[in-house]
Amino acid sequence: MSRIGVFVCHCGLNIAKTVRVSELAEFARTLPDVVVAEDYKFMCSTPGQELIQNDIRKHNLDRVIVAACSPLMHERTFRKVIENAGLNQYLLSIVNVREQDSWVTEDEDVATTKAKALINGAVFRARLLQPLVSRFIDVNPDVMVVGGGIAGIQAALELADTGKKVYLVERSPTIGGHMAQFDKTFPTLDCSACILTPKMDAVLQSSNIELLTYCEVEEVKGFVGNFDIKIRQKARYVDHDKCNACLACTEKCPGRGVSEWDEGLVKRKAIYIPFPQAVPQKPVIDRENCTFFKKGKCRLCEKVCEQEAIDFEQKDTFREVKVGAVILATGYDLMDTKPLIQYGYGKLPGVHHALELERLFNSAGPTSGKVVMRDGKTEPQSIAILHCIGSRDKNNHEYCSRVCCMYSLKFAHLLKEKTHGDVYQLYIDMRAPGKGYEEFYNRLVEEDVKFIRGKAARVTDKTDNPDHAGKLIVEVEDTLTSQFVTIPVDMVVLSPAMKPRQDAKDMARLFNLSTDKYGFFMERHPKLAPLSTMTDGVFIAGACQSPKDIPDSVSQGTGAAAEALTIVVKDKMELEAATAIVNSAACCGCQNCVRVCPYGAPMFNYEKNVSEINEALCKGCGLCAASCPASAIITRHFTNDQVMAEMEGLMEF
Amino acid sequence: MSTAVTPYLEMSQAIADAGGEAFRKCYQCGTCTGTCPWSPITHFNIRKLMRLSQLGFDGIEDLMWGCSTCKFCVDRCPRGVEIIDLVRSVRSVYAGGGLLPPPLRAFVGSLTARGNPWTGDAPKRNDWAQDKYPLFAEGKEYLYWTCCTVCYDPRNVLVAKATAEILEKSGLSWGLPGTDAQCCGESVRKVGDLDLFEKLKNNNLGIFSATGAKKIITISPHCLATFKQEYGEDYEVIHFSELLADLIKSGKVTPTKDAGGLKVTYHDPCYLGRHSGIYDAPREVLSALPGVELVEMDRIREQSMCCGGGGGGLWVERAKGERLSDLRIEEALSTGATVLATACPYCIAMLEDSVRTMNAEDKIKVKDLTELFLESLEG
Repeated sequence: MSRIGVFVCHCGLNIAKTVRVSELAEFARTLPDVVVAEDYKFMCSTPGQELIQNDIRKHNLDRVIVAACSPLMHERTFRKVIENAGLNQYLLSIVNVREQDSWVTEDEDVATTKAKALINGAVFRARLLQPLVSRFIDVNPDVMVVGGGIAGIQAALELADTGKKVYLVERSPTIGGHMAQFDKTFPTLDCSACILTPKMDAVLQSSNIELLTYCEVEEVKGFVGNFDIKIRQKARYVDHDKCNACLACTEKCPGRGVSEWDEGLVKRKAIYIPFPQAVPQKPVIDRENCTFFKKGKCRLCEKVCEQEAIDFEQKDTFREVKVGAVILATGYDLMDTKPLIQYGYGKLPGVHHALELERLFNSAGPTSGKVVMRDGKTEPQSIAILHCIGSRDKNNHEYCSRVCCMYSLKFAHLLKEKTHGDVYQLYIDMRAPGKGYEEFYNRLVEEDVKFIRGKAARVTDKTDNPDHAGKLIVEVEDTLTSQFVTIPVDMVVLSPAMKPRQDAKDMARLFNLSTDKYGFFMERHPKLAPLSTMTDGVFIAGACQSPKDIPDSVSQGTGAAAEALTIVVKDKMELEAATAIVNSAACCGCQNCVRVCPYGAPMFNYEKNVSEINEALCKGCGLCAASCPASAIITRHFTNDQVMAEMEGLMEF
Repeated sequence: MSTAVTPYLEMSQAIADAGGEAFRKCYQCGTCTGTCPWSPITHFNIRKLMRLSQLGFDGIEDLMWGCSTCKFCVDRCPRGVEIIDLVRSVRSVYAGGGLLPPPLRAFVGSLTARGNPWTGDAPKRNDWAQDKYPLFAEGKEYLYWTCCTVCYDPRNVLVAKATAEILEKSGLSWGLPGTDAQCCGESVRKVGDLDLFEKLKNNNLGIFSATGAKKIITISPHCLATFKQEYGEDYEVIHFSELLADLIKSGKVTPTKDAGGLKVTYHDPCYLGRHSGIYDAPREVLSALPGVELVEMDRIREQSMCCGGGGGGLWVERAKGERLSDLRIEEALSTGATVLATACPYCIAMLEDSVRTMNAEDKIKVKDLTELFLESLEG
């Protein structure tokens, strides 16, 4: 005989507007073994929790059923509630009458009947629930941050500050990310380098941060608290231990490669540091463009290097790093605008994309901060900035890239300052939702930037109008006056979509993350767990989750550091007890479980010829148990008996 | 023929240079057009006028005469755009060469030749006074600045007289300007003729300084706003409604005659209300009248509706159905009032005209505050 309490939550009107909640409680009271049933407006609130705890004591309950929202939302909350009232936390059953009933049902009778069926099933199952005991595992105290842009740098520095050891993995030869390419940042027009380079240096100086540049994550094993990550150190052909950063090699090198840093506007040497303030200040050889690697002779760099640091024989190396938690801050790629032929990028030399313009503004850029056309000398007298190129566009990227309105305003300001030309903004909506952003927009409006509400439709150099000869003609509707407008300009700047990294899917696969429909890393919950992922111990920060500006990326970096800390700050961590176990006596060794598990929890023990389940990886989803032909796998908390009983209860309706 | 248009930034710049640079702040939310009293009854679209000005597009000429400068949009604009400045500037840029609509040509012509907009002979400016009232001279306290409209418009002459009578009874030391007084220039400034405005202003400032006037009473809120905001010299300007409220409070004049339950409603003139912030003084005067019940209309004080007479509107003929003053009379009638009081010669002229064309003379009378007050003194 069980003593079951049923607690029905109204969730304000979320549940109560479709499900007759008091009728539900009344119904529950009629069920065998149910000794008390109540309904309340917000069961998760303090009064709601006290209601449950008081009833547990008063009625000496040994099982609790909460009919409320999804267990993803509040199962942990209510487990704590009953545990604090003296019950084992696994003697709780959540009935989801919100996401799976009230939110998806229109008819009140249908919704109420469905809720009754669900509660009936839960009562059947609750009778069979068993107390479970959680296990504790050791936690590795170190953290890995992948990605050395501003979000990753921030996360690494925050963690290092708490005394934790951090491995900062960056694929390019320097940290800094996109932010290091900018000259000014909106809305304050802070100099980007002035606020970023000290942080880059702090990374280098920190004794708690091991900086792994020119490295890639190769393989991820393990689980929360105990990740085992294989890192590939790409061959630099320069021994950084010997190199004293004199950079004599980069002066002599005859090889030329495209400068990624300057967005291809200029060439760099084949042995190079990406930019003068790069961290570390030590060069790498770009094998593709190195004369020696191409032609078998040259070795000029080797000749000038007094440290004998050049090593053409260097190979990629691998190392294993053990950490307790991981933060991914891998950033974004800018959309390639060449396929949008209507805007002429790549064909019309006057058309630039946003990052190219950032480089033109930058005093360390190819023009030393002068805004000139591709000929290197002509200053544009009129510039049109085209918003939403590839963003908010079902044909390309459906989402809003969120930062373009603001950086386009910044562009307008800098263009006004540097060229005194006429500047047009062609926008769909101006989005300036951040501290000081609307004020910045207002400032730009008053700086006499011409705002045209309408998305540019075409950029062409063909015109019948002799006044427009030699110009780029931007065609757009000014939707405020419903007129088709042609604007002759010298320079066009595209503000393209920010998109997931080219290899974001591979990275997601390595860390067992999901991606959203656009390919950005998926957070565990958009509001309540925006930095967590479905993989415990792996957190995300910055533009790898969705387009973000610098303030948001920095906030997320800090937040992700705090999240990682919640894991590595403890020596041991509690594991979920509702996991699967293998009855090895019954296991037939078919390895179905190994194949179906999405979390890699079952491992096959070839010595014993049976499967074993790593509890730290198991999420208790039950796939293995369902696919085990020998019924050798038991999913605790969802045993076959428990699930069958619940089905029986459901089928009474 | 191509319908494509190209921004004409030189035009936009010319408008900015003429004092309308505020339009740059406009982000085209449409609050102005949504607020504008003309929107429900005409095609005038103030937002569009700003938009065309921002890019120097064609079509400005077709829109620019629609505004009566009531300032309702300015007060509500979330960007703080001085919209009236823009209206003034586009008119100045486009009509500066004399390309005025015909009704305004006579208005500007008269101002240029005679210093008043009513084609009145300058020497006859004070004929209404029939030498009954003193001229202002050094040593007197108040200069009662008569608006051209109360001097020459037969209906408004009654207002000039009522005011003078009250001043006489108040025992204050006061006087009228000589016949060299000219229009304050408010309307012509809004019409965009800034040179003419400067000429008028300098003439009048000359009178102030020659006669040593330090305290100026205006009967027209348009003179009031212009003296206060545009002339910018060292003297005190008050509207007669303010003075009257003070005279009542201090007991210098006391209304005695009971009006016997007269229902009066009050129309806030835009230039007295929104332009000058005076809402209470006229109501204090009305409330002091024995036997007068003040019944308010729906749109009053800061939300008051324009009569249509500002910004040159007084001299522009509008088709029936496109007159704000008609709507205002309807609103006044709906209160059950039999008197529509106001405190502006332009409003009086506009509202009287509507009462006449609507054949409502037996239902409601339009009266200036001074007229009502004088009635309560006599008896």
